[in-house]
Amino acid sequence: MNIHAIKAIYFFEMARTFRTLLQSIISPVISTALYFIVFGSAIGSRMVAIEGVSYGAFIVPGLIMLTVLMQSVTNASFGIYFPKFIGTIYEPLSAPVSYFEIVVGYVGAAATKSFVIGLIILATSFLFVPVQIAHPFWMLGFLLLTCLSFSLLGFIIGIWARNFEQLNLVPSLIITPLVFLGGSFYSISMLPPFWQTATLFNPIVYLVSGFRWSFFDTADVAVSYSLAAIFVFSVLCVSVISWIFKTGYRLKN
Amino acid sequence: MDPIISVTALDKTYRSGQRALKGVSLQIRSGEILALLGPNGAGKTTLISMICGLTSPSSGQITVGGYDIVTDYRAARSLIGLVPQEVALEPFEKVINTVKFSRGLFGHPPDAAYVEQILRQLSLWDKRNTPIKELSGGMKRRVLIAKALSHQPKILFLDEPTAGVDVELRKDMWDVVGKLKASGVTIVLTTHYIEEAEAIADRVGVIADGDILLVEDKDKLMAQMGIKELYIELQKPIKAIPPALASYDLWLAEDGGRLTYVYDTKAERTGITGLLTDLSAAGLALRDLRTSQSSLEDIFVDLVKD
Repeated sequence: MNIHAIKAIYFFEMARTFRTLLQSIISPVISTALYFIVFGSAIGSRMVAIEGVSYGAFIVPGLIMLTVLMQSVTNASFGIYFPKFIGTIYEPLSAPVSYFEIVVGYVGAAATKSFVIGLIILATSFLFVPVQIAHPFWMLGFLLLTCLSFSLLGFIIGIWARNFEQLNLVPSLIITPLVFLGGSFYSISMLPPFWQTATLFNPIVYLVSGFRWSFFDTADVAVSYSLAAIFVFSVLCVSVISWIFKTGYRLKN
Repeated sequence: MDPIISVTALDKTYRSGQRALKGVSLQIRSGEILALLGPNGAGKTTLISMICGLTSPSSGQITVGGYDIVTDYRAARSLIGLVPQEVALEPFEKVINTVKFSRGLFGHPPDAAYVEQILRQLSLWDKRNTPIKELSGGMKRRVLIAKALSHQPKILFLDEPTAGVDVELRKDMWDVVGKLKASGVTIVLTTHYIEEAEAIADRVGVIADGDILLVEDKDKLMAQMGIKELYIELQKPIKAIPPALASYDLWLAEDGGRLTYVYDTKAERTGITGLLTDLSAAGLALRDLRTSQSSLEDIFVDLVKD
């Protein structure tokens, strides 16, 4: 195991985060704070409580998920796309590092960044709405697993993308709608019966539900399903990545 | 002595169908400077990319330091430092950080003193905290070299190191290359400047159209360069070389109007005076005399044009 290489990649990527601290941390926090003000305080005060939880608090897990999913995908995809774009990818590819070490370095850094952003947003939410956390350990666990699995997805997108348009395509065209329709702002029991069933095909429903359970002890789907969903999703991503490195897809000639 | 790099029957066909290398075999000796000469698109970069693991071979085998580059890639790659042809650097990072990054990537613990030594040697120490995007083109090339040397490689690949580089950097670079060679590092460089190969290489390999046409000690090639040809135009064509001139290395053009004499300029006696005397003794009248000298360039052009 080339620990020095993992550290080198990880800290090199984290250095990029610190160089661009403003865009990296401040902007997601500000945009989420706006959601809290509009949905939590302004609109939320006129909404009825959902399953005994005030609407302002109810949307906190969904909002954190929204940001964390987007951040994980964009951080990780950019992290690997940028070296491809400027050509510096030649170095990790010609270094004595295994694919596993490359992925740990890049995905680890991307996941760390979105994990920290998730925690900052959680802290911010305390300023706007009363939040309780029923299962803090599980809360952190769900957050971490989500950061990791979607950073894996981002890594795949970064390798697949041939240009910046493609890089933005998946987050804006797929992730955003899935998150919005995944029960971030509502309980799926509020939907008509047909959409309740349809929505179960949205993987993000399981993430948001599990994460919300760790806060309020109520869930749309069983917690075990949520865990299984993250697990299956991660395994899928890891399989795709190992295929990428085995074949050199869009990395090697 | 075992070669430090051994390339056997290496073949590469790109997905586009272009066959970039056609069964290339090459042995690189430990501690030598090998210059790979060839026109653009000959396959030089493809060959280097495959040795470094950036491109997958279609077939064939490569070992570096005795290690197979596929099954023993860690051991093989640890020995190699690569300076790529294109300047590819993270623009926002500081010089010293990208050099430290390379060192870590190759599995070495931090060594501030060694990194400083390299940066000083390449006149980069004053710029160590400058973001790379603020450096000139030549400085960026120095950074690439510093990165390649950051993990004390046993083999250094320089892919077109002097393309678009000013005289001072070229001098510095050859200085560094000289020191590396003295410390036992094997150096492989590609170039299409023949003077460059002449100036520093121990051996010269010529690649064209995916084939290695020749790998030869530079001194032997230089010896060939010492060869001159004397063209003797005759006033009247002859049918055969007169027996009186049989002792000379002569040959007759097809139309019988010209004799060509090959001689060594470095030899003590070229034999020209004797030849001219014997020519008039044999009754041959001369119309004109011309000489031509072969150069590495001639050899190169000759090889490549087929």
